[in-house]
Amino acid sequence: MTTTSNVPAYGRFGGFGGRYVPEALIPALEQLEEVWRKAVVDPEFVGELERLQRTYTGRPSIITEVPRFAEHCGGARVILKREDLNHTGSHKINNVLGQALLTKRMGKTRVIAETGAGQHGVATATAAALLGLECVVYMGRKDTERQALNVARMRLLGAEVVAVDNGSKTLKDAVNEAFRDWVANVDTTHYVLGTVTGPHPFPEMVRDFHRVIGVEARQQVLDLVGRLPDAVLACVGGGSNAMGIFHRFIDDRSVRLIGFEAGGEGVESGKHAARFSAGIPGVLHGAFTYVMQDEDGQTVESHSVSAGLDYPSVGPEHAHLLESGRAEYRPISDVEAMEAFSLLSRTEGILPAIESAHALAGAMKVGRELGPDAVLLVNLSGRGDKDVHTAAEWFGLIGDDGSPRLPDDDGAKGMGVQQ
Amino acid sequence: MSVATIIEKCRADDRAALIGYLPVGFPSVEGSIAAMKVLVESGVDIIEIGVPYSDPVMDGPVIQDAAVRALAAGVHLTDIFTAAREVSAAGAGALVMTYWNPVLRYGVERFAADLAAAGGAGLITPDLIPDEAGDWIAAADAHGLDKVFLVAPSSTPERLEAVTSQCRGFVYATAVMGVTGARASVGEAADALVSRTREHTDLPVCVGLGVSTGDQAAQVGRYADGVIVGSALVRCLTEADSDEQGLEALGSLARELADGVRRGRS
Repeated sequence: MTTTSNVPAYGRFGGFGGRYVPEALIPALEQLEEVWRKAVVDPEFVGELERLQRTYTGRPSIITEVPRFAEHCGGARVILKREDLNHTGSHKINNVLGQALLTKRMGKTRVIAETGAGQHGVATATAAALLGLECVVYMGRKDTERQALNVARMRLLGAEVVAVDNGSKTLKDAVNEAFRDWVANVDTTHYVLGTVTGPHPFPEMVRDFHRVIGVEARQQVLDLVGRLPDAVLACVGGGSNAMGIFHRFIDDRSVRLIGFEAGGEGVESGKHAARFSAGIPGVLHGAFTYVMQDEDGQTVESHSVSAGLDYPSVGPEHAHLLESGRAEYRPISDVEAMEAFSLLSRTEGILPAIESAHALAGAMKVGRELGPDAVLLVNLSGRGDKDVHTAAEWFGLIGDDGSPRLPDDDGAKGMGVQQ
Repeated sequence: MSVATIIEKCRADDRAALIGYLPVGFPSVEGSIAAMKVLVESGVDIIEIGVPYSDPVMDGPVIQDAAVRALAAGVHLTDIFTAAREVSAAGAGALVMTYWNPVLRYGVERFAADLAAAGGAGLITPDLIPDEAGDWIAAADAHGLDKVFLVAPSSTPERLEAVTSQCRGFVYATAVMGVTGARASVGEAADALVSRTREHTDLPVCVGLGVSTGDQAAQVGRYADGVIVGSALVRCLTEADSDEQGLEALGSLARELADGVRRGRS
């Protein structure tokens, strides 16, 4: 924080980042950094990761132009980067395969992970199954309830899922529990942190494993449109899908980078996860970054319809992109995100993850601001299969007992035949 | 005044110092200060005044539970200054144990000034390593406060050197790899870590994590300069049916531990 020169301090993005963890973990972080930096210049590691991306994940992921959806975006051209089509259903697999291969290189036999929506947990359980690693996933009790399908998926893949009953029973508490496990078992265990936060080298390493998203998308958009997009849009929880698609565009100064946070029930309501609207710099989970906190430095609980964005802190590189002016961040409310969820489903036949629906809602706003000449690249970071229950409840398609509700039933709303 | 002076005095009596942790604000601010005074009366040399925090990654279930309940009861960061004043007046060393964000939010320099003014000896910082502690080191040096950083069984010689060179007061050696909480045995890792740490510093080395009985205190006190007890003391309060009963159980355990450090080397 005392950095005054233009050269960032070790493990920092501007003044953000660092390593705020118990001393017991420092040797493991040093080992991880050393093994990772060697691996990424080792043709054997690079080749193995590329092979898995091609033959297992299904990379490169395609882009899809969505003209019927774009009619609701001021007529701008809207192009989706289809990370939802990756194996396991989101961008999370990119990072997890990289870290799982590093786990083997470090001679460790067990991986642990935190998960919010369950996508990172599913991806970690998948990689663990593929590479023969023991896997334990920590998930807040509240999230296990709203993402029950993903809990079952992880268990089917052979992982143990531990429901965390501490604190707000959501993602931040799952991270705390994963750190506690890691301190106790660091000899045998690698913590597959699922986003671009945490102690150095996680923010940089996780970003680099996701960087392929932007590298592919930039060329794909050039091939399709013949020019760079005017703006790249992504949702931001911890911020891994956003860093993944933003990073290749950082030096393209004409391209606006726009992140969308969970505005929940509205920033003024206090029930949200809009760290850049209501948070201030502080330390959480090993990094100096924006944190939603009270005047005593206690973390404030976040709220969002989206489990994957329901996190009171954010990756430190995003904090740096905000303060340096290179990226902008805006809140999207639950209602706006669910409208975009419904709209993409009905106009394009693509069911997005509720997390990604925040970026789609952002495209509806930004498209209207920029008009029909604009080209927007949106990271569709995940698919919405896991969210069917939440969405069905939201739109009144099922009753409280889970039974289907037909359009002429009392209480049914939205998504109906009249539309 | 540095707690090193207190530990030196214990060393002159050929025993380890006893250091007891309690979070401020449980069951209430007043109740926690009364409990700290009971520890002092029962033979605890240094009180580790804990700052309840929403995300305590180094703590096991007992201290987490106490923190949640203290926060729900309305404890504020400034209450530790009251506790430090009272503990200091009661004749014990008053060292504050806190995760880093509350201090950062309060302002590092302002915190150091207010802690020194309240008679606090310094800080134990479980999630702040010296590498990230430039502001704190400067403020602590300016106000003459102890800087207690942690070493662990996983610490390499390079880390032991880097950490101990920035400590003042004592070095906190975590006996096991893991979070706070009572354990059946403290194990040989602690003894080995203390020996390895002494190769890098002349500061006192105190051992924490896992100690809960007088016998364990006696055993650890044979090789460490101080024995740190946390969860076992906190549990006396969190599991009590009434505040009075909690203080009684607390005093009883503290006396057992104080007896342990006194017979350890005899």
